[in-house]
Amino acid sequence: MHPLLEIKNLKASIDSKPILTGVDLTVNQGEIHAIMGPNGSGKSTLSRVIMGDPKYKIDEGEIYFKGQLINDIPVDARAKLGLFLSFQYPMEIPGVSLSNFLRTAYNSTRPKEQALSVFKFDELLKEKLSILNMSQDFASRYLNDGFSGGEKKRCEIAQMAVLNPILSILDETDSGLDVDALKVVAEGAYTLSKSTNMSLLLITHYQRILRYIKPDFVHVFIGGKIVKSAREELAFELENKGYAQYMPKTNSKLKLTQV
Amino acid sequence: MDNTNLKNEFSTTYKYGFSDDLKPVFSSPKGLNEQVVTSISKLKGEPDWMLKRRLEGFRSFVNKPLPNWGPDLSKIDFDQMSYYNKPSENQFSSWEEVPQKMKNTFEKLGIPEAERKFLAGVSSQYDSEVIYHSLKKQLEEKGVIFLDMDSGLRDYESIVKKYFGTVVPANDNKFASLNTACWSGGSFVYVPEGVSVDIPIQAYFRINAKNSGQFERTLIIADKNSFVHYVEGCSAPIYSTDSLHAAVVEIIALSGSRVRYTTIQNWSNDVYNLVTKRSKAYSNSTVEWIDGNIGSKVTQKYPCIMLMESGARGEVISVALAGKGQHQDAGAKIYHLATNTSSSIISKSISLDGGKTTYRGLVNVLPNATNVKSNVECDALILDDISSSDTIPYMNIANEDVSMSHEASVSKLDDEKLFYLQSRGFSEQQARQMLVQGFIEPFTKNLPMEYAVELNRLVELEMEGSVG
Repeated sequence: MHPLLEIKNLKASIDSKPILTGVDLTVNQGEIHAIMGPNGSGKSTLSRVIMGDPKYKIDEGEIYFKGQLINDIPVDARAKLGLFLSFQYPMEIPGVSLSNFLRTAYNSTRPKEQALSVFKFDELLKEKLSILNMSQDFASRYLNDGFSGGEKKRCEIAQMAVLNPILSILDETDSGLDVDALKVVAEGAYTLSKSTNMSLLLITHYQRILRYIKPDFVHVFIGGKIVKSAREELAFELENKGYAQYMPKTNSKLKLTQV
Repeated sequence: MDNTNLKNEFSTTYKYGFSDDLKPVFSSPKGLNEQVVTSISKLKGEPDWMLKRRLEGFRSFVNKPLPNWGPDLSKIDFDQMSYYNKPSENQFSSWEEVPQKMKNTFEKLGIPEAERKFLAGVSSQYDSEVIYHSLKKQLEEKGVIFLDMDSGLRDYESIVKKYFGTVVPANDNKFASLNTACWSGGSFVYVPEGVSVDIPIQAYFRINAKNSGQFERTLIIADKNSFVHYVEGCSAPIYSTDSLHAAVVEIIALSGSRVRYTTIQNWSNDVYNLVTKRSKAYSNSTVEWIDGNIGSKVTQKYPCIMLMESGARGEVISVALAGKGQHQDAGAKIYHLATNTSSSIISKSISLDGGKTTYRGLVNVLPNATNVKSNVECDALILDDISSSDTIPYMNIANEDVSMSHEASVSKLDDEKLFYLQSRGFSEQQARQMLVQGFIEPFTKNLPMEYAVELNRLVELEMEGSVG
């Protein structure tokens, strides 16, 4: 049996500037991993490279998903394999309604016989929106257009709930959310993970989302790679002591910000 | 939308690039002179005043130079065109009477089904003559007149004489003059006072004879407090030599009325599409031009609204898409001639594969036209490095009591947005198409549904092969 996601010695750069400096990570089906690190450590880059953002170049190493080497396959092919990325800054797409967008996405990531009609799909979407405390009006609104920061994040999780991926990467999903919204979003993701055996890769600066999503593993990410991995207790240690102990001396002033 | 099916459905060549070998019954000799103009009028059995009007147009056409401020028109060879074609002697009052060959052509265009579902009446121009015309009973009962222009002149001469050429005079511009000289076909619509036509009235036009110029003449009169939505869709087969399409549309919106005129222009990429569309809006009336330009080699079209009296309102919403070898020079003109008038222009353009779009617009406010509001928004999207776009907005504002806003933007497809869409399972091509469809949505949402679907399909078709 393959691990769901297996990353080996991954090095990646943007415009010849190295960002990832040798990432090793294994995520099995149903596991929840948190990747924690200070700003600029490259953790968002990791999420984008896994999803296949063409801005980044893989210089070395391999990414396997469901046993398949995905280094060179297109972004949409990764989505079709069951990968999902919840964006730190979801894009506004004026003129394209959430429901039209997501129905097309849903149907294109599934075999033809599972395609849903407009009516059936709207039922599904409305159910997922209500789980995230979003009004049904969002279905007909343009995708993220004029949404508040919190609404965008909730919309990402609603999309995840509809598309039902096997592995979801939540890139700073907790940032920009107030406490109530964070609870709704995090519990929504956690419930989905537990009920569908979906794996989660949480990319976060803060520890607070881990109050609602209990990770199996916590990884400290600094300087473009994982410097320490442990069971969840590590997160609380980080909360108390900060990242300084893992940082090069010149950056020792950086501490995990408390919220 | 299922793109694999679409790809199979449409080849990479022009979608409607078929023609049948139906011979026109009458084709005038090539080139234009007073004799040809006179014989067109005689053949149609027109009244003398119309012949005079035609000759007036002809002289103006000869005297006016080609416009030199826009796209290059010097390749148009007026002597090599024939100016009148008549495919068959009669019009058909029922579908059964239409020859099978023509039916096949309409079938490919999807007209019969469209009619069943959406049309209130069909007026399909085949060559230069309307050959098929149907009008639903409820329109007749309401007293709405919807005829081809030739029949309109024959049956309602007094109305035609009263309004013909009052919005676009015979000597207006070179191509309007040419149209006046040799117009044939087009629609005549009269909506009586207080009558509201609930379903869009639709007409299809088509060039089908090699080198044939098309000179439709459409006249729409909306009497007081009436409403009508007229929809014109164009589609043409491919020919290697250049064709000219020089239509004139005149709209008269009397007080309290509202007229919406929707066009999806999809001529094949060898057609010069030089159209004069103009309207007069009287007190408290509204005129809306919804104008989509996808095909043709060169388009010059600036739908115009003259806000004649207080309370009149005008709106132009347009889309232009220019691909390889195409130049879409389009926009809008608004004349605020009275107080308390308002206008809005929304222009969206897309250029790709080396195509060029130009927004050319005019807002003109006269000195005595106070309390005027006008809003202009033009957005250009350029899909690659070999395509281009220009924005040329003119504003002549002659008094201070005007609220005027103008926004213009030029953009490319955002890589971050493409990545976002692709991460949800869209291929790069689907993602690009979705962004473009979103970009033109302010236009598309104003279309009857089947037109919106067709427009999105046409955009997808245009964008195929332009990726990578």
